[in-house]
Amino acid sequence: MTQMPIYMDNNATTRTDPRVVEAMLPYFTEKYGNAASRNHPFGWAAEEAGEAARGQIAGIIGASAKEVIFTSGATESSNLAIKGVAAMYKKKGNHVVTQATEHKATLDTCKRLERDGFQVTYLPVDKFGQVHAEQIREALTDKTILVSIMAANNEIGSLQPIRDIGKLCKEKGVLFHTDAVQAVGKVPLDVEDMGVDLLSLSGHKIYGPKGLGALYVRKKDPRVRLEPQIDGGGHERGMRSGTLPVPLIVGLGVACEIAKNEMATEVAHTYKLRERLREGIMSKLPESYLNGHPTERLPGNANISFAYVEGEGLMMGIKDVAVSSGSACTSASLEPSYVLRALGVGDELAHSSIRFGLGRFNTEAEVDFVIELVVREVNRLREMSPLYEMVQAGIDIKKIEWASH
Amino acid sequence: MPYSDKVLDHYNNPRNVGSFDAKDPTVGTGLVGAPECGDVMKLQIKVNPDTGVIEDARFKTFGCGSAIASSSLATEWLKGKTVDEALAIKNTEIVEELALPPVKVHCSVLAEDAIKAALKNYQEKQDVDETIGETTEKIAKPEPAGV
Repeated sequence: MTQMPIYMDNNATTRTDPRVVEAMLPYFTEKYGNAASRNHPFGWAAEEAGEAARGQIAGIIGASAKEVIFTSGATESSNLAIKGVAAMYKKKGNHVVTQATEHKATLDTCKRLERDGFQVTYLPVDKFGQVHAEQIREALTDKTILVSIMAANNEIGSLQPIRDIGKLCKEKGVLFHTDAVQAVGKVPLDVEDMGVDLLSLSGHKIYGPKGLGALYVRKKDPRVRLEPQIDGGGHERGMRSGTLPVPLIVGLGVACEIAKNEMATEVAHTYKLRERLREGIMSKLPESYLNGHPTERLPGNANISFAYVEGEGLMMGIKDVAVSSGSACTSASLEPSYVLRALGVGDELAHSSIRFGLGRFNTEAEVDFVIELVVREVNRLREMSPLYEMVQAGIDIKKIEWASH
Repeated sequence: MPYSDKVLDHYNNPRNVGSFDAKDPTVGTGLVGAPECGDVMKLQIKVNPDTGVIEDARFKTFGCGSAIASSSLATEWLKGKTVDEALAIKNTEIVEELALPPVKVHCSVLAEDAIKAALKNYQEKQDVDETIGETTEKIAKPEPAGV
């Protein structure tokens, strides 16, 4: 029997792996020293654990341990990367290039830079949610100091051509930051091979603890310098002060170690479940559409729009399954997902979208249960939908002059 | 955000889902909202021409659970009311009955709009009947012909 409720929102956050929790526990109650205490065994044990974790985290992105800076999460990592570069290199230029479907941690940070006098180019994406290196080449000016493009999108799972972009940035001498929160552990990443100078990652998206992130900061070719955003004791090479949360750091280290060692089997597992879910639902429901790229996407992500059914309404019908929707009803703004809009998905279909995020702990039985439930509820809600009724009667609902409210 | 028991009840067991023939002179149809806003409600009333009492009501809604519940509740409340009584239904009463949170108040506003639109459509049909003496297909909002 499948246990309820079913968690299928692994792009939002993940269950902390029990192996991670186990590794963390001694650092709360036994080895609780301050990693900055240089003169007693408690401090030494904490420092040693922190440095070991740095190595594990560096390992999953092909970096060296000294290039990893701990933060409170990927939002802070991206803030530090973008604002830190902007402040440090402002004499060199005042232009930043990013794209429309970035996470708000990047977009809102860029908006702040604009208020501070920087110029930001927000590149459009294609219908699959991808940007192309050539677009970036055209956007670069002699004032460009930073390009920030995510490795994989959190809503639609589309992967970006990071290696092409990294190569271009190297050629042009522009720093390259990537938000790799969703990609870590699901897509092989190598900062050397991909030409990445700064990389944001998060613990809780990869079965690690919430409250911890990391920023990779390249140390050579080029040596990237950042203006710190938090001042204090000069921790983390002066780039991010604050006592290290050693239990969380140990947890992120182990989470990265597991993710790296088990990436092949985990990708195969989540991909198989995703395809089973996608095919199972879409083969039974006409006018359901996969948002994002059909193949170049995160293995566990399926973002599907169900025409004539509103996303939040559907979520209520499948309330035993935890998913997300691009519907505006889930936010106070009344605007549907900006990511789906950037792809050119119409507002109506954006309102009708559900994001399924398959992860390490999902099972085939859960997927089969969800297929049946979603198909049943979409059909029920379509029978209740005036739009479905009109389309069945041969009316083109796009031609109706709706009164917006 | 947890839903109230009443919203859940209407969502799981919606009352009066369906459609009347919009061309029927005793039927008033209201179609409000817009697909790109994430809410569309179609609400219909069937009025007894002799008594002026709403004898039956139907709805179909594209929207969140609160929108479905608001329109379902509206059809329950409309039945047995005269057209004038129905005009007095306020969205705040729907908010209260369903315990809608502030972000869902717009669902109740839409339901009130749907009621008003359906009543207006019915009244327009009667006015035309009186002046021209024949039925009309005129409708307050773009008509979902054939539904």
